[in-house]
Amino acid sequence: MKMKMKSNVQFVQGNKACILGALDAGYKFYGGYPITPSTELAELSAVELPKVGGKFIQMEDEIAGIAAAIGASLTGKKSMTATSGPGFSLKQENIGYAMMAEIPLVIVNVQRGGPSTGLPTSPAQGDMMQAKWGTHGDHPVIALTPESVQETYYMTIRAFNLAEKYRMPVMLMTDEVIGHMREKIVIPNKEDIEIIDRVQPNEKEGYLPYGVKDGETVPKMASFGDGYRYHVTGLAHDETGFPSNSNENAKRLLDRLMNKVNHNLDDILDYEEYMLEDAEHIVLSYGATARSARAAIKQMRQEGIKAGMFRLKTVWPFPEERLLELSKNVKNVLVAEMNLGQMVLEVERVVKDNAKILFCGRADGEIITPEEIVETLKEEF
Amino acid sequence: MNKYVKKYLRNDKLAHMWCPGCGHGIIMHQIIKAIDNLGLDKDNICVVSGIGCSSRAPGYMDFDTLHTTHGRALAFATGIKLANPDMKVIVVSGDGDASAIGGNHLIHACRRNIDITTIVFNNTIYGMTGGQFSPTTATNDLASTAPYGSIDRPFDIAKLAAAAGASYSARSTVYHANNLEKLIEEALQVKGFSLVEAMSMCPTSYGRRNKKGTVSDMLEDYKETYININAFNKLPLEKREGKIEMGVFKNETYPEYTAEYQKIIDRLKGDK
Ligand SMILES: Cc1ncc(C[n+]2csc(CCOP(=O)(O)OP(=O)(O)O)c2C)c(N)n1
Ligand code: SF4
Ligand SMILES: [Mg+2]
Repeated sequence: MKMKMKSNVQFVQGNKACILGALDAGYKFYGGYPITPSTELAELSAVELPKVGGKFIQMEDEIAGIAAAIGASLTGKKSMTATSGPGFSLKQENIGYAMMAEIPLVIVNVQRGGPSTGLPTSPAQGDMMQAKWGTHGDHPVIALTPESVQETYYMTIRAFNLAEKYRMPVMLMTDEVIGHMREKIVIPNKEDIEIIDRVQPNEKEGYLPYGVKDGETVPKMASFGDGYRYHVTGLAHDETGFPSNSNENAKRLLDRLMNKVNHNLDDILDYEEYMLEDAEHIVLSYGATARSARAAIKQMRQEGIKAGMFRLKTVWPFPEERLLELSKNVKNVLVAEMNLGQMVLEVERVVKDNAKILFCGRADGEIITPEEIVETLKEEF
Repeated sequence: MNKYVKKYLRNDKLAHMWCPGCGHGIIMHQIIKAIDNLGLDKDNICVVSGIGCSSRAPGYMDFDTLHTTHGRALAFATGIKLANPDMKVIVVSGDGDASAIGGNHLIHACRRNIDITTIVFNNTIYGMTGGQFSPTTATNDLASTAPYGSIDRPFDIAKLAAAAGASYSARSTVYHANNLEKLIEEALQVKGFSLVEAMSMCPTSYGRRNKKGTVSDMLEDYKETYININAFNKLPLEKREGKIEMGVFKNETYPEYTAEYQKIIDRLKGDK
């Protein structure tokens, strides 16, 4: 996505950038329940959606919020629900429903301190494993995490695109810092933004709502009201969409769901490699914490320490192949995240003995400073 | 073959999963008859359900159908209706689905007065999971989780919906099938939230444990117990004992949610 010189420059908070990105992606429906620090996403949607003929509804709780958004998506509208901490917990059952029924949907989680009501106005990155494992059963997950207001704009568009392309819920995992921080952003021209819409069928005769033909990644999705008269369920189902108890069928369905992500990693995976060419130490970070990691690396480079950053932009799926490769040439992999040890578990699984794994984490509502990262690494020298 | 079955059911998905003598099939039949009476366009109808024996009905019905999570049918349906107000949206739900796990969604859908017709299949028990008590199980009735008799007091769903702000609320039983059909037909014509509570027998998970006799005994019970609301109100207090009202509890006009939202969109267009 190229940016042109005369583009629209704005000074906004991350939550606003998210809504601006959503609207540019074709966002038409919000269902949700207010909760700090995600509330601006509801408020801005309430203001903006009716202006573009879209709909906003404040439901009675978060479960209803995601349910309404799924219903709206079935009618062909690009839908979103947004929440934080406790609300993310409430949404889990219906996140699994959207995965099983293959309903495109964007779920924004502006993370705050937990567990429970925790620290409502403080940042955290404590829901990363919940994003992967929060709903019961095996299922594919796509979760993105931006490190700036500008990136929130682009990543929201990408979240909608991935949701439509792979017919599944996509999570945008921001945090209180990114959501509330104000930065300058540049809004690109419309023609420079790539927008993906779900593929719809054009033949009612013989329509198989959950059948894929050769070369198709996902089944074509008809909108309710278009006369296809098909059935959608969260039960294991066959190609017709009707429940089936056959083990063989359940396996075929789950394999297809998992492979939507596993067979398209080249398209889905996204990460940044910062000063890694000659690095002896990798700092792996993401979201707001990556900003401190970047500052820490600059500082260390001045001191002659060869550190670089591997920044996750997709946390799920996890870019394991690339990390494994990189880890073979370094001494340390330091993981910095605002929790007591979540993505570091993935790093341990992937890196194994290739490098020493260090951890810099906290979950007390404070952000991790560059100094803390530097100190954690220096303790090894 | 029955003409309604041929026209409105997915015949390749039959036979249905309900037990012999289950009341749920009668309610589904009366729903499709009401749809036929009104000549509604099949392509424009969406039937949404939660989880339970009752919630399996949409799978057999030849419309756009959505079988959701337990209790959440009304929340999904609200999204469909608001996103596409031209669709006729019908929710099918059990007593547990609608008034226990989904009770909050029910009262809020009533309060918003969104144009959805909800049919509650009330067998006063959790049928699908084998006979646990529900919020409509009568005090002292037996259930697998009320082995010494239920000490819970039941909800009156039709009155609950009326009090929560629904435009239309009514109750009938599978014994009074023609009346049930008429009430569903009326509900489908309401511009706003309408609810019909349909009393249904569950011989398997309720009747047997509570010694309610045969299926025809259970139907006979409906005939004896349920009387028209006007007749009920004329009865002296001592004669009301053991009787339950049926009929229309409420039929009023309020602003409808999706229409009110459309006014906002139109107003914003005008402001440009
Ligand atoms: C979240 C959740 N909790 C519990 C269940 C188990 N469950 C399935 S159906 C049901 C009760 C259904 O009773 P009702 O709504 O009255 O429908 P009926 O089977 O009697 O028609 C329960 C508890 C579930 N599927 N999901
Ligand atoms: S268990 Fe009860 S409600 Fe369920 S199908 Fe059998 S009779 Fe009907
Ligand atoms: Mg029941």
